[in-house]
Amino acid sequence: MNTDKIKKLFISTLYLSTFTFGGGYVIITLLKKKFVDELHWIDEEEILDLVAIAQSSPGPIAVNGSIVIGYKIAGIPGIISATLGAIIPPFVILSVVSLFYQAFKTNFVIQALLAGMKSGVGAVIISVVYDMACGVAGTRDFVLIGIMVLGFIANYCLHINVIYIILAVATVGAVRTAIHEATRKRVHA
Amino acid sequence: MNLLNLFLAYVQIGALSFGGGYAAMPLIQAQVIDKYGWMTIADFTDLVTIAEMTPGPIAVNSATFVGNQVAGIPGALVATFGCILPSCIFVTFLAWLYTRYHNFCILQGILMSLRPAVVSMILTAGITILTSAFFYSGQTDIAFSNLNLRAIFFFLVALYLLRRKHLDPIKVMVLCGVGELASRLVLAAF
Repeated sequence: MNTDKIKKLFISTLYLSTFTFGGGYVIITLLKKKFVDELHWIDEEEILDLVAIAQSSPGPIAVNGSIVIGYKIAGIPGIISATLGAIIPPFVILSVVSLFYQAFKTNFVIQALLAGMKSGVGAVIISVVYDMACGVAGTRDFVLIGIMVLGFIANYCLHINVIYIILAVATVGAVRTAIHEATRKRVHA
Repeated sequence: MNLLNLFLAYVQIGALSFGGGYAAMPLIQAQVIDKYGWMTIADFTDLVTIAEMTPGPIAVNSATFVGNQVAGIPGALVATFGCILPSCIFVTFLAWLYTRYHNFCILQGILMSLRPAVVSMILTAGITILTSAFFYSGQTDIAFSNLNLRAIFFFLVALYLLRRKHLDPIKVMVLCGVGELASRLVLAAF
């Protein structure tokens, strides 16, 4: 019974990871469709919290999503089979690309396609940043807007290492939440 | 030594890329280009393009690719393992914590503050990619005479298709690629 579940888990994540374009948020939706709506291995309410865990943790969201679902369904063996299923497809594809990259790069057609697509990727990134920045501005939270502006200055103009920026901002976030929680408790008390 | 460095670089990328997808990009850039010099900005831009065109998370794609380029298949295995190791530990711990306490408020507070920082870092990485696309010689010589007008034209068309026509990003990218190929073929013919 359990080995069946583990096998099914591996095949499902392998399949989804091979055919899902468009990043982590898309694959999370498909994982939910498979394991909640189709197989009923996880209930509706629980999946929301599991997805929240996957999205709040560092690392690739598709991998994080596979880990929480694997853990929920079959513990540690579940994690291993779901994670392997999620990373084998990109591993194989990129290994093949890497093998041919030097030959690829000098090919007239590939070179032209990659050069053109660069402009497209740039546009996609700028578009994503615009949406995300509007989201941040929409909160009307001046601390968050300040972090966005200062973060850009620190990263782009001052060339401060992103790792220090992340650690500094995470500390600000932790302190802020702790203060917020403390005052909320005092009000309720 | 390379294997150990690959592992350590990707553990940091995995442990610090909050927010998925593009959030990993500035970290990959910091480690792979700035710190270890495993790649040029042009190769990094190609990598991001390839990662967009293939399934799978950018972080895992880049780990496999960079690992392969630096130290073959063992390099790819070590980098990919390093990239997902922090996730495995962190997510499992949180899932365990959640099944016990059903609360992770501090973490969500941290994440809320990180989001704006991530936006600005993605923007920085995006600017790097755009300068590499807009100038013939990449970052080294930013001068008007080096400006690639066709790339800017494709960028504006892509932006229009994404924002106004809500076209799928992969389709937009393919169109830009085909457009560039077509214009190079036409230019070569004359």
